[in-house]
Amino acid sequence: MGDYILLAISCILVNNILLAQYLGNCPFLGTSKKMETAVGMAMAVVFVLVLAGVITWLLETYVLKAFGLEYLRTIAFILVIASLVQFVEMFLKKSVPALYTGLGIFLPLITTNCAVMGVCLINVNEEYTFMQSLVTSFSYAVGFGLALILFAGVRERIILGRVPRPLQDTAIGLVTAGVLSLAFFAFKGMA
Amino acid sequence: MAKTLTQEFVKGLWDEIPPFRLVLGLCPTLAVTKTVENGIGMGLATTFVLVFSNILVSALRKIIPSKVRIACFIIVIATFVTVVELLMQAFTYPLFLKLGIFIPLIVVNCIVLGRAEAFASKNSVLASTADGLGIGVGFTLALGALGGVREILGNGTFLGKTVFGPAFQPFTFMVEAPGAFVCLGLMLCLMNLVGKK
Repeated sequence: MGDYILLAISCILVNNILLAQYLGNCPFLGTSKKMETAVGMAMAVVFVLVLAGVITWLLETYVLKAFGLEYLRTIAFILVIASLVQFVEMFLKKSVPALYTGLGIFLPLITTNCAVMGVCLINVNEEYTFMQSLVTSFSYAVGFGLALILFAGVRERIILGRVPRPLQDTAIGLVTAGVLSLAFFAFKGMA
Repeated sequence: MAKTLTQEFVKGLWDEIPPFRLVLGLCPTLAVTKTVENGIGMGLATTFVLVFSNILVSALRKIIPSKVRIACFIIVIATFVTVVELLMQAFTYPLFLKLGIFIPLIVVNCIVLGRAEAFASKNSVLASTADGLGIGVGFTLALGALGGVREILGNGTFLGKTVFGPAFQPFTFMVEAPGAFVCLGLMLCLMNLVGKK
């Protein structure tokens, strides 16, 4: 049990997917201008990432490895993720309309979120067990949500400030992300 | 077609240079630009995928039904990414190890899918080739430039060769994650400064 907690902390804080592993930066900058969209995106990622992590792990172990098809990994994973996202979207629309309207447009965007694909590949490359993959998928997603929501909070304040013209929008966003990343960098000392 | 092939090519080098003008494909941009070599390697791999997926998508644009087009584009892209993956494993193994999971992640690089959707699915094969090549070369240049700044300041080397004398104290911040964000942000600012009147 202690191992799992340690793994979770390392995934959420020390190896934060956005700020230390550089995965999923497009939605990080794209959806962080408003708090609402950031929260929506964070929730959608947690939801899809856990499902995708579990399914790709099963696929890798019982299909790709069993039949020696590892070279098809990239194609297989992206297809699983794309169809999963589509499926989740249809399922939510029918059964949980409230959540569907909440997550709305963020679901289709997740297909091209490299955090999802990245975590699935990390799980496979590190040869995690099933439980470990489950824990890492969930904690990476939580780390993603944490960083995204913190960043959105900072960005909402920046809009009120006077930013020099060439630095406006994405440029100041990136510099801010750098400062936030510096804060998370401090956790590296803990490991 | 109002634009010539040269124009399609050149626009990728400045007007629409990713990741500055089109803020897409940031993850590989930030992650692999610790050194010039990695940056250019990643850029070339992406260019390869971009050109060939553009050609194939554009050749098939009349056959692919528009409802399932995204899924078809993703399969086309994933195929070429697998090709690159296997080629790099065979011929440039050290670079393949350094770039790690970012090679398979070209699949979810928004630049590639973005060009397939926005350009290749509407234009002829030749124009799409020029477009893919232009955007790819632009991306490679951008990654090379970012890698150059980070490698020179963070390591004191350029393409593995020492630039400064022994007294130089490496600015390690630059090769770590925070430096990547700040450096890209400042380069974007510089681009805006030069580009706008």
